[in-house]
Amino acid sequence: MWGYEKRLQYPVNIKNPDARAAKIIISQYGGPDGELGASLRYLSQRFAMPDDRVAGLLTDIGTEELAHLEIIGAMLYQLTSKLSVDEIKREGFDTYFVDHTLGVYPQAASGVPYTAAFMQSKGDPIADLVEDMAAEQKARVTYDNILNLVDDPDIIDPIRYLREREIVHFQRFGEALGMVRDGLDSKNFYAYNPAFRRK
Amino acid sequence: MKNNCSENALMRKITEVSFAMDELRLFLDTHPDCTAALADFSSRMEQRAELIAEYTEKYGSLDSYYPSTNGGWDWNNGPMPWKKEARA
Repeated sequence: MWGYEKRLQYPVNIKNPDARAAKIIISQYGGPDGELGASLRYLSQRFAMPDDRVAGLLTDIGTEELAHLEIIGAMLYQLTSKLSVDEIKREGFDTYFVDHTLGVYPQAASGVPYTAAFMQSKGDPIADLVEDMAAEQKARVTYDNILNLVDDPDIIDPIRYLREREIVHFQRFGEALGMVRDGLDSKNFYAYNPAFRRK
Repeated sequence: MKNNCSENALMRKITEVSFAMDELRLFLDTHPDCTAALADFSSRMEQRAELIAEYTEKYGSLDSYYPSTNGGWDWNNGPMPWKKEARA
C-alpha cells in the first residue's frame, strides 16, 4: 500500500522555459536508466527476495524512485509549460509536441518509449542486486551527462541532488548484497539461486 | 498567494526534516542496530510531526490520510507540487 504526500522530495523552481533541456532530461523520466525503470525494477524484484530486510530496502528505494520520477516530471512541466509555438519549432521540440503536446510521456531522449525491456527481474537475489548496483551507476552517469549539457542553475540544482541519491542507493545495495551473501547456505559454495532450490 | 513566504519557509523545513528521515530510513534498513541513527530518526520524526500539523492547520492537508483540521476536504485543493505557486 502507498500513500501520497503533496510535496516534492526536493524543490524544483525553474524560471526559464527550455525545450532543449527538456528533450534531454526526459530520459530520466522514461529512458533506459531513468527513474520509472528504477522504481519498477526494485518494486518488482522484491517479491522474489527471500531476505525480509532486503525486500524492505527494495521497497524503500523503489518508493524513493517514484518521488524522483515526480521531481523529473516537475522539471519537465516547468521547462515546457510556457513554451511558445515559435520556441517549440526553433528548439526542436516539434517532434515531441506533435504526439504529446505538452503532456509528460515516459520516453528516452532518443524518442524510444519506456519499455520494461530496459530492466530485469531475474528472481535470483544476487543477480538482481548486482543489476541494481549497476543501474544506480548507469543513472549516475546519465545525470553526469545531463550536467555536461545544461547551464541553468535552476536545472543543475535538482539534477545534482538526484545524482547524489544514485550514489547513496548504490552504497545501500552493496550492503544488501553482503547481507544476502552472509545468509547463503554454507553448502551452497557456488551461490546457486537461493530463491529457487530444486529438490 | 497570501502568506506565500511563510508557507514556503514552513514547506522548506518539512522538506529538510523529511529528507533526513528518508536518508536515515535507508541507512537503518542495512544498519538496524545503529542506536545513533535510531535516536536521530526518532527525534526528527517528532519534529516532522509538529511541522506537518502546523502546515495542515495553516495551509491545508498534504495527505488524504490526515485531512484538514477545519473539517473540510482540501488535500486536492490548491496547486499540485510541480506548479510554481506551491514550491518551497
